[in-house]
Amino acid sequence: MIRQRLNACLLVAPLVVFLGLFFIWPLWAMLVTSVQGGTVRETFPQTAIALADWDGAGEPPAAAGDAIVADLRLEVPTERFGDSVRTLNSQYPGFRTLLPRTARAVREAPAGEKVDLAGIDPRWTDRALWLVMKRAMPAYTDANLLAALDLRRDDAGAIAAVPPEMAVNRATMTRTFVISAQVTLLCIAIGLPFAMITASLTGWKRNLLLVAVLLPLWTSLLVRTASWMILLQDNGLINQALLGLGIIDRPLALIYNRAGVLIAMTHVLLPFMVLPIYASLLAIPKNLLPAAAALGARPWQSFLHVLLPLAMPGLLAGSLLVFMVALGYYITPALTGGAGDQMISSVIAFYAIGTANWGMAGALGLFLLIPTTALYLVYGRLSKPAGAA
Amino acid sequence: MTAMRNIKLAGLVAGVLGLSMTGAMARDLTVVSWGGNYQDAQRKIYFKPFSDLSKKPVLDESWDGGIGVLQAKVKAGAPNWDAVQVEAEELAIGCADGLFEKLDWAKLGGKDKFIDSAVSECGVGAIVWSTLLSYDSEKLKTAPTSWADFWDTTKFPGKRGLRRGPKYALEFALMADGVPAKEVYKVLRAPGGVDRAFKKLDAIKGDILFWESGAQPLQLLKSGQVVMTSAYNGRISAINKTEGTKFKTVWPGSIYAIDSWTILKGSPNKDQAMDFIAFASLPENQSKLPQDIAYGLPSKAAAAAVPADLAADLPTAPQNFEGAIAIDVDFWNDNIEELTKRFNAWLGK
Repeated sequence: MIRQRLNACLLVAPLVVFLGLFFIWPLWAMLVTSVQGGTVRETFPQTAIALADWDGAGEPPAAAGDAIVADLRLEVPTERFGDSVRTLNSQYPGFRTLLPRTARAVREAPAGEKVDLAGIDPRWTDRALWLVMKRAMPAYTDANLLAALDLRRDDAGAIAAVPPEMAVNRATMTRTFVISAQVTLLCIAIGLPFAMITASLTGWKRNLLLVAVLLPLWTSLLVRTASWMILLQDNGLINQALLGLGIIDRPLALIYNRAGVLIAMTHVLLPFMVLPIYASLLAIPKNLLPAAAALGARPWQSFLHVLLPLAMPGLLAGSLLVFMVALGYYITPALTGGAGDQMISSVIAFYAIGTANWGMAGALGLFLLIPTTALYLVYGRLSKPAGAA
Repeated sequence: MTAMRNIKLAGLVAGVLGLSMTGAMARDLTVVSWGGNYQDAQRKIYFKPFSDLSKKPVLDESWDGGIGVLQAKVKAGAPNWDAVQVEAEELAIGCADGLFEKLDWAKLGGKDKFIDSAVSECGVGAIVWSTLLSYDSEKLKTAPTSWADFWDTTKFPGKRGLRRGPKYALEFALMADGVPAKEVYKVLRAPGGVDRAFKKLDAIKGDILFWESGAQPLQLLKSGQVVMTSAYNGRISAINKTEGTKFKTVWPGSIYAIDSWTILKGSPNKDQAMDFIAFASLPENQSKLPQDIAYGLPSKAAAAAVPADLAADLPTAPQNFEGAIAIDVDFWNDNIEELTKRFNAWLGK
């Protein structure tokens, strides 16, 4: 009995380890990273004490200057020093060059002698700089979470909006959800009829249609996106053909704008819509539609009252798949979109890859995850009655 | 019985994992660069000959930059890359943050063998490259000569290409607004300088197509989607050579930068990587590069050995260097996060 249970445990162990290692642990790490205060307190322990009692309103305490000089004289691991610099520079651009420059000057000055910080760099007299240092000291911080929502702490410590020219994340997040929703609707509009036709055919015709929708999945994403650039550009095939036929007299703007993003993304994501719908259509008994017709239902009535409800689980699953995959896209919008089509993943990639600011990347990822999870729960509620019926 | 089998299976799995880990230990020297026709040239001139000389394989990979990539590899311990070519901004941050090994300058022949800006504790310059205005001379009959022309949509109607992001866009906007090239960073650092650049960008916002990867501006120019674009100089001369295009470049107002060879901290092939970098820095090897791609050479002897007709195309040629400025690494490392945020907000407006 125990041996059997042990065996069962061993059998699911790979799954548990996999989920833990590649799903739960990264999510947890993302959450923790986004609220962690970083290493500033460890790198500047004496400054932390000197700033602890300062209210942030008046002049920074005189002891703070001496404390930071003493801290900079300490030997700290370069990687940790770099992490602290990164945290501070993210809140106050300039720390990146200011701290190494000051550290160099401090270490060159004779030990025990008073160092004139303002003489090294006038920015040391800026109260805002000291406020950033003070706020970077606690072990946990809400700075990243606030910044991800275009908010910040003002001088008095209250939550306030960032200046309008710096507010970008909420707009980008909204845009990401709008584009994903538009792509999902387009995929339904194309995918549902496509799946219905495919399911109604047999033999080589059905296989041909299935290959047509599967083929793009076997091609690299970049190749597919590049092909759309060739087709859609001003001198591309589509515009040339329309111009040649005399339908338009100047090229249509089909790419480097929202239209380009929607066309390319819909094409890439269409298989995720077609396949679930197709699978649910195949499960519908063939005699239901003739039965509906025999009972006097018009074609649109039998579609609306018989076929669509039965295909609904596939439609919902497809929509969810397309929507969630679309949320994470950024290469396709970057290559086929215009100025106003940037999606949130490219911003996350900028913080993670471009500036190694894992805190901001984590915070943005978190705010992408929350609505996505909420949607998934709604889907769970929606799909239950359909499954029970 | 089954439990026994499971234990055996687990042992097998552990063994396979262990094997693949020792495999990773004895990894061959891995050199990382920017891909495309540049890396093709490097493979021919540096990677293959070094592999023949050392009688050991050299693996090469490509990347798109980003200090986060290097940091993640170093923090994970035992990075899977050894010698990496990085941009000046990554060199400065990575060196300050301890992501790179210190170079052995004795093996490189001493610091005075290279131009000053190519010398650092953690890196040695590999190429000097430029971002500049380029256009298709077969399509544009009047040649644009400055960033002011780039902004002049009445004289040159049509779309323009710019790299997505504040870097370069702000500098070029200020030059178009009449700021002399040498004073661009002074203005950007002064209060109101950034506002002025964004205001200038506003003037042609609707006419700009933003590109991300270095190959895109070539495609935009070739298809006639844009009349002119910012681009990397090496790519322009390379496409002219391979595809017979007649793209031209405007050197005054160009911004040059130096890419450097570095060794990732904790690289298991540290010594071999150092030998490779020394090999790639030898004048007789480096001087072959401009035959394939028009990048300037940081080794003084190598630069002197380039034939005159090829040298004229390089960012380091005196007539090209004249009106150019160096990218301000400190400015961008301080401000890239803040200004990217603002640039993205501006884009979305």
